[in-house]
Amino acid sequence: MHNRVVITGLGIWSCLGKNLEEVKDSLYAGKSGIGMDMERKEWGYRSGLTGIVQRPELKGILDRRARVGLSEEAEYAYMATLEAMKNAKMDMSWVEKNEVGILYGNDSSAKAVSEAIDTIRIKKDTTLLGSGSIFQSMNCTVTMNLSTIFKLKGVNFTISAACASGSHAIGLGYLMIKWGLQKHIICGGAQEVNPFAFGSFDGLSAFSVRENDPARASRPFDKDRDGLIPSGGAATVIIESYESAMERGAPILAEIVGYGFSSNGEHISNSSVDGQIRSLNMALKDAGIDAAAIDYINAHATSTPGGDFAEAQAIDAVFGESKPMVSSTKSMTGHECWMAGASEIVYSTLMMQNNFVAPNINFENPDEASAKLNIVSKTTEKNIDVFLSNSFGFGGTNSSLIIKKIK
Amino acid sequence: MTQEEIIERINAFLVDEFEVDADKIVPTSNLRETLELDSLDYVDLVVIIESNFGFKVVAEDFINIHTFQDFYDYVNRKVAEKATA
Repeated sequence: MHNRVVITGLGIWSCLGKNLEEVKDSLYAGKSGIGMDMERKEWGYRSGLTGIVQRPELKGILDRRARVGLSEEAEYAYMATLEAMKNAKMDMSWVEKNEVGILYGNDSSAKAVSEAIDTIRIKKDTTLLGSGSIFQSMNCTVTMNLSTIFKLKGVNFTISAACASGSHAIGLGYLMIKWGLQKHIICGGAQEVNPFAFGSFDGLSAFSVRENDPARASRPFDKDRDGLIPSGGAATVIIESYESAMERGAPILAEIVGYGFSSNGEHISNSSVDGQIRSLNMALKDAGIDAAAIDYINAHATSTPGGDFAEAQAIDAVFGESKPMVSSTKSMTGHECWMAGASEIVYSTLMMQNNFVAPNINFENPDEASAKLNIVSKTTEKNIDVFLSNSFGFGGTNSSLIIKKIK
Repeated sequence: MTQEEIIERINAFLVDEFEVDADKIVPTSNLRETLELDSLDYVDLVVIIESNFGFKVVAEDFINIHTFQDFYDYVNRKVAEKATA
């Protein structure tokens, strides 16, 4: 007998806002969070475009020992998790007495690593890195720090799966609870936002160079898209068994009903229509629903010519008859990479709770593939009972999650 | 740098970086107990001394440092040695 898995807490720290309320308003308004970082131009970047994410001030909130180990992305994750735990009604005294786990997506901590190596090269002395460097530098910086700060006693590890990391973190958490291995898990995804993190990505000419018009640069599915805009922050999604949520009187925000995943088995950076279709169909099969039951798809679409073209074909192949509403919130956020799979669950759940579909801004003219989709370019009032969120990453890792409204 | 300036600078980073209440910094008080130092904190103390005074503390030096006054005297001596080197 499988457990039902529900979402009881959400938290967000992104270029659209520093909490759920701000982010909901930005989504509804179709507001872009993209701007320019001139430091990247000085570093030789092709594109200085980036999501503009504010660093939280943690002095006075966390003690020194906790703060020194936090990387930039772990700071974001701490803020998102604080918000999620508050609205999930998980206080510290309850957490300490129960087995709460953490599964977070993260796939780099480039700034911490780079700065540490620079210090060693200059000072020729590893002690001068300080005590926090190692805890900031490892990919598991978020889970190792947050499990300590929040005194978590359940499952505890990081999922590194490129731009599908956050989605797989939620998917794995869903499976663990469904199969009865855990009752409560803090899931999510985090992404650093700095020039150290994105140089190699910029070097592939993957980024938009529409620098004279940042708010219009991210244009998923639009015919004139010229690349993605890197972004970041953190998103937390607290999930637990339905029984556990009912027992402790937690707010039940939505139910996770399907998780599909696949590997392309093809090119390291090119998308695969076949791989994506397999992920979509697996998620539908797991949820036990037909394609027609999906009201809204939050697409992975990052605004790259090849990636969006492939995803449009995959969505059309599976949902061509029912034509659900589709938008990519990356049109506003840019590509939140390791965080995106989790943040897009937060964004879409906010839409579900508030009965609207956020726009795919800057979608002006379709290409051959996106013309076949029902892409929402203006904020649309809509009751969403079931949505699907796609996340795809380098190496051909694909993840699709299906979330249902609790009635 | 005078001894007073050294003491002032040490007290400033203990308050700012190590978040010690200023009124707990008393020359005769025990440094380790007041700062609640663990092995990780010692590493950070080495870093902050190096960045403020330009010399590297070695672990053995801490053996004879018990009070804040011991700490002031030690830093003062090392700064003076560096100036005459």
